[in-house]
Amino acid sequence: MINRIDKKFQEDKKLLSIYFSAGHPSLEDTVPILKKLQAAKVDMVEIGLPFSDPLADGPTIQESSTQALSNGMTTDKLFSQLENIRKYINIPLVLMGYFNPMMQFGIEKFCKCCESIGIDGLIIPDLPVDIYHEKYKILFDKHGLYNMFLITPQTPEKRIRYIDKVSNGFIYMVSSASVTGAKNTFGDSQKDYFKRISGMRLSSPTVVGFGISNASTYSTAIEHSNGAIIGSAFIKFLEDKGVNKIADFISSIRD
Amino acid sequence: MNYNVDEKGYYGDFGGAFIPEMLYPNVAELREKYLKISSEPDFKKEFDNLLKVYVGRPTPLYFAKRLSKRYNTKIYLKREDLCHTGAHKVNNTIGQILLAKRLGKNRVIAETGAGQHGVATATVCALMGIECIVYMGELDIKRQAPNVARMKMLGAEVRSAKSGSKTLKDATNEAIRDWINNPVDTHYIIGSVVGPHPYPDMVARFQSVISEETKWQLKEQEGREYPDHIIACVGGGSNAAGLYFHYLNDERVNIISVEAAGKGIHSGKSAATSALGKEGIIHGSKTLLMQSHDGQITEPYSISAGLDYPGIGPMHAHLYRSKRAEFISIPDQEAMGWGLTLSQMEGIIPAIETAHAFAVLDVRKFSPEEVIVFNCSGRGDKDLDTYIDYFKL
Repeated sequence: MINRIDKKFQEDKKLLSIYFSAGHPSLEDTVPILKKLQAAKVDMVEIGLPFSDPLADGPTIQESSTQALSNGMTTDKLFSQLENIRKYINIPLVLMGYFNPMMQFGIEKFCKCCESIGIDGLIIPDLPVDIYHEKYKILFDKHGLYNMFLITPQTPEKRIRYIDKVSNGFIYMVSSASVTGAKNTFGDSQKDYFKRISGMRLSSPTVVGFGISNASTYSTAIEHSNGAIIGSAFIKFLEDKGVNKIADFISSIRD
Repeated sequence: MNYNVDEKGYYGDFGGAFIPEMLYPNVAELREKYLKISSEPDFKKEFDNLLKVYVGRPTPLYFAKRLSKRYNTKIYLKREDLCHTGAHKVNNTIGQILLAKRLGKNRVIAETGAGQHGVATATVCALMGIECIVYMGELDIKRQAPNVARMKMLGAEVRSAKSGSKTLKDATNEAIRDWINNPVDTHYIIGSVVGPHPYPDMVARFQSVISEETKWQLKEQEGREYPDHIIACVGGGSNAAGLYFHYLNDERVNIISVEAAGKGIHSGKSAATSALGKEGIIHGSKTLLMQSHDGQITEPYSISAGLDYPGIGPMHAHLYRSKRAEFISIPDQEAMGWGLTLSQMEGIIPAIETAHAFAVLDVRKFSPEEVIVFNCSGRGDKDLDTYIDYFKL
């Protein structure tokens, strides 16, 4: 079976992908949020597995993660919420989380659970591509899971080529040297970076993330890439307006 | 077996660099350059000279006569408490500030728990005229007011870490996030043998001056370079790494590492990582750490802020798993008691961290001809408030 992520990129359109922390604002919001996002024609969703010490995240995602944990979210709980998700949701689903909770769950067991639910891929910010390639790729491949890697404006070209070669799905372009949620506009240096990467003619599609918060940053981000991911701005919206208004947020980005 | 770091940055099963891609260029630069720069003659000359004229090295290796008599064995204290700023921490910050200068960095960040590493970092930044920002947990800022004031006097900016549990691990997270946001001009001075490779090895090497001196000092006093036992307290484990470094592969030397049991290992208020921790990832390193069943990092407890860390350096995780080191955990009460004992028997008021190590004398028997070296890693000035409260002084 072709991976849903590949299938989505074959549609030849710019993707809008949304990140949220599972278990936030309320513990049982995971499935309702996914349903609303699909109904609003979002192309892909990253479901965040909360962690006590999220190194790559800014304050908004940190706080949502802390809230989710105190609401009672765990790896087991998330898998049980998602058990029958493929009855309702057909867009690609990516789990995004830090490596320690996955290690404690057991990497092989984690991969198996993802496969049986119908998760298409993973993003694990603190599992470097080298270690993944050497130790875990075999397991991920066995369970039909993609693993996506980040690049930044500081990533050397040689390493970008290497990441392009060993990863699948897409390359996650971090928009600037920052943790999540830090920027409100994109300057020339970011635009140059988007162009530079686009000029490299990589074999993987690229999706821009970090710092995308509105229609303007979204349209700049997709100009030279295959799509963009919004996290912190969506989480803030959920806190302010609630799950029922999700369609308003999506139309504010795309229209 | 090899107890030093291997070429991939591991100590046995532990270590490595589990870092977000955003940190890759910074960490790769350090990995490629730290050994080369720190072995250049010009670097070594400046490092050795500062350790001598600024830090006050060599620190004495002191034969503790009254203690030795009471415990009927030969007890030596490596007096790191006599270093400038009051603890061994400054050995590492001197090394790293010289490295930062040679890497062309003009901004330094650090994390601190009790404030000792923060003070040692602020000190060397003042010495070199480099901007210094120290991250400290919001709770620790309240608990350690004198050290916050010292850092400010030294010209550092102290930033409050308000995330998570608002203590050392969160201050470390904030420092790492700062480094992600400032990848080009900033050097991150980690205070212990923790973090992604090459930090554990780099910090251990800068601290290794402790065992380098111990070897010739012991030769002078005992006629042999090696003791039978070396004993140090372990939070992250930098003073221990310094005392062990040149003895790691000398099997004649028994290693005893002392962790903080807090209110007791099974009380739920403890920092005894070897007993309570499981293998996992913390601050970019695979090591033993205290965590929930679900892999969330838990908050440790010890009366001593310097031992209050939920992990241990990967070198120590390896020494534990390979059984090269014996691990003993000491509760608050015994450690506090030793704060008084050492003061009244040897005239040395130790840091509470340091006091934990000496409590081994009550739980382990040593023979009269055995030679023991304790790392007297820090002095107790910073802990006076805690001592005053505890003993109603």
